[in-house]
Amino acid sequence: MTISISGDVSSRSIATKRRLGRDTDAVPAWLWGIGVFVALYLVLPTLFVIPMSFSEAMNFVFPPRGFTWRLYENFFTMPLWVGSLLNSFVVAAISTGLATLVGTAAAIGLSQLHGHAASFIRTILMIPIVTPAIVIATSVYIAFLQWRLVGSLTGYVLAHAAIATPFVIVAVTSALGTFDRGLLRAASSLGASPFRSFVTVTMPLISRGVQTGAILAFVTSFDEVVIAVFIRSPSFQTLPVQMYNSVTVEIDPTVAASSSLIVITVSCIFLAVTIFGLKKKGI
Amino acid sequence: MSMRGSTGLIANLAEGVRRGTQIRLENVTKDYGLAKPAVDRVSLTIEAGEFMTLLGPSGSGKTTTLNLIAGFQIPSEGSIFIDCNEVSMLPAHKRNLGMLFQNYALFPHMTVAGNIGYPLRERRMPKAEVARRVGEALELVQLLGRDDAYPAQLSGGQQQRVALARAIVFEPRALLLDEPLSALDRRLRADLQLEIRRIHREVGATFIFVTHDQEEAMSLSDRIALFHDGRIEQVGSPETLYARPETLFAARFLGESNVFPLGDDRVGSSLSWEGEHWATGAGAVSDRAMNSRATALIVRPEVTSVSHSRQEVPAGVNAVAGTVIDVEFMGSYRSLVLKLGRSGIDGRARIKASDHTFQPGDPVIAWWQPDSQRIVAV
Repeated sequence: MTISISGDVSSRSIATKRRLGRDTDAVPAWLWGIGVFVALYLVLPTLFVIPMSFSEAMNFVFPPRGFTWRLYENFFTMPLWVGSLLNSFVVAAISTGLATLVGTAAAIGLSQLHGHAASFIRTILMIPIVTPAIVIATSVYIAFLQWRLVGSLTGYVLAHAAIATPFVIVAVTSALGTFDRGLLRAASSLGASPFRSFVTVTMPLISRGVQTGAILAFVTSFDEVVIAVFIRSPSFQTLPVQMYNSVTVEIDPTVAASSSLIVITVSCIFLAVTIFGLKKKGI
Repeated sequence: MSMRGSTGLIANLAEGVRRGTQIRLENVTKDYGLAKPAVDRVSLTIEAGEFMTLLGPSGSGKTTTLNLIAGFQIPSEGSIFIDCNEVSMLPAHKRNLGMLFQNYALFPHMTVAGNIGYPLRERRMPKAEVARRVGEALELVQLLGRDDAYPAQLSGGQQQRVALARAIVFEPRALLLDEPLSALDRRLRADLQLEIRRIHREVGATFIFVTHDQEEAMSLSDRIALFHDGRIEQVGSPETLYARPETLFAARFLGESNVFPLGDDRVGSSLSWEGEHWATGAGAVSDRAMNSRATALIVRPEVTSVSHSRQEVPAGVNAVAGTVIDVEFMGSYRSLVLKLGRSGIDGRARIKASDHTFQPGDPVIAWWQPDSQRIVAV
């Protein structure tokens, strides 16, 4: 009897707390204000470029004058722009494949190591993330001069894969954090060889991490400009390098169209991943 | 129709038993290079169709022994045989042994049917055959209709049933169970114990069950191998282990005991303990105690009686004076907590639930028939 009464009291007090909790959890107006300000601060500079890409002016004057598709026409008809866009895609695609393969393997290997050796290796592998890009670019340039890789597709792919791999390692490592290795024992007791367990159990369960890593790798390569400037050649350059040239050397407003296209493409990729991810989780 | 399917699986599994699946360990040692080996020269033969439980406290080597049988670990020394074929170095996926895990280890990205069909698909069985067998296995564990559920949508008990179906659907040579019930609540555990007993009876395969729960071990097993410090302390039926323990460890691990340390005194025709002279019971000295320097006399609480005075104690029994510390009401009986002898060792006795004559502080005489006592090695 006593128990049932105290039970009623406690459940009522929880209900009260919940009601109060909802009130205190409400976001105050000033917090909304700060949130909107920060969002604008982060996004506005990027959005500036979109109206600019429709400007009729031949220089970078803001606000833009008139409305024309001319810059987009330029972008898609000039071999210099289309070619560098294609180069960027090829470099990003191959280096993403390489970085995803190496990074996933490294993350799985590291997840089975413990102690000082493991944390040491992990630190070494993270160095490309914290090293200033200019330092990496200089070293890559010096090394590639010797190996005759400057201005070659192989050179771009190797350099970009190297700086993208740590992002894959981080993404896959976090996916492996929730992976129960006991499942591999279960798989082997059910007759699956280590390779088959990897294909049927490990991969499906860490695929979100691998996907995230691959997207990060792709964006890292696609948007990389410092190393690309160092190892460019007249015959081979990527889109960011062409954009850099168009501003510093030629003053070609087509860069605005190019930037807008990149902003929209990247936004679409992330939006698609987010929506797909939420759907998969059943939200 | 489905009824015939179910008997089909059982018949197939039973066929496997007739072929005989005996598992034999010979001087198996697993040494991690620590102070003591995890498993120390264990020899054990598990007969075809037997329900063998590896029982022991945590760290006693029972789980390591199971992992060695499963092939998850390789013995440092010794050999493991399945049906007289040595498998010591054979990887787990080639041993054809089913296994049930404490945390179920269901694949979260596969449905119930996907999980149960997994071992069949790995064996490249045709799709129709997989579907038929999955249906039979689901029926055997009474989960028909849940084919398309994901493990996360099932209760713990249902998940373990799915794991059980997955572990037996490919007709393994034996089923290894690694504390499969310890994550379940008490009532569900009792249900699944019955279920496992039933499936063992119907299927008749060799079951090797690991647990630290002595009640679970006694209610399920044909035989129990009691582990202690990486070695097997004693092997026998639950009745043997309970009634005829070889050592004090065995006596204490299975059930409660009143323990009277006999020290270094040789066991002769009569015993004395703190001035009390006791008769030696019929054949109540364990083999290990014969060869052991230190021994102890044990008596189970349910055969220990209490009286208020020496006059009430029948002739021909062994008795010792003591004091009542507490009286616990257990429903079907009362348990007396006692201090016995001059040194006041802890003891227990059972009295009728209706007996209200004993109160804390009462001086009493505890007594038992000499035949119900046992002398064990310490």
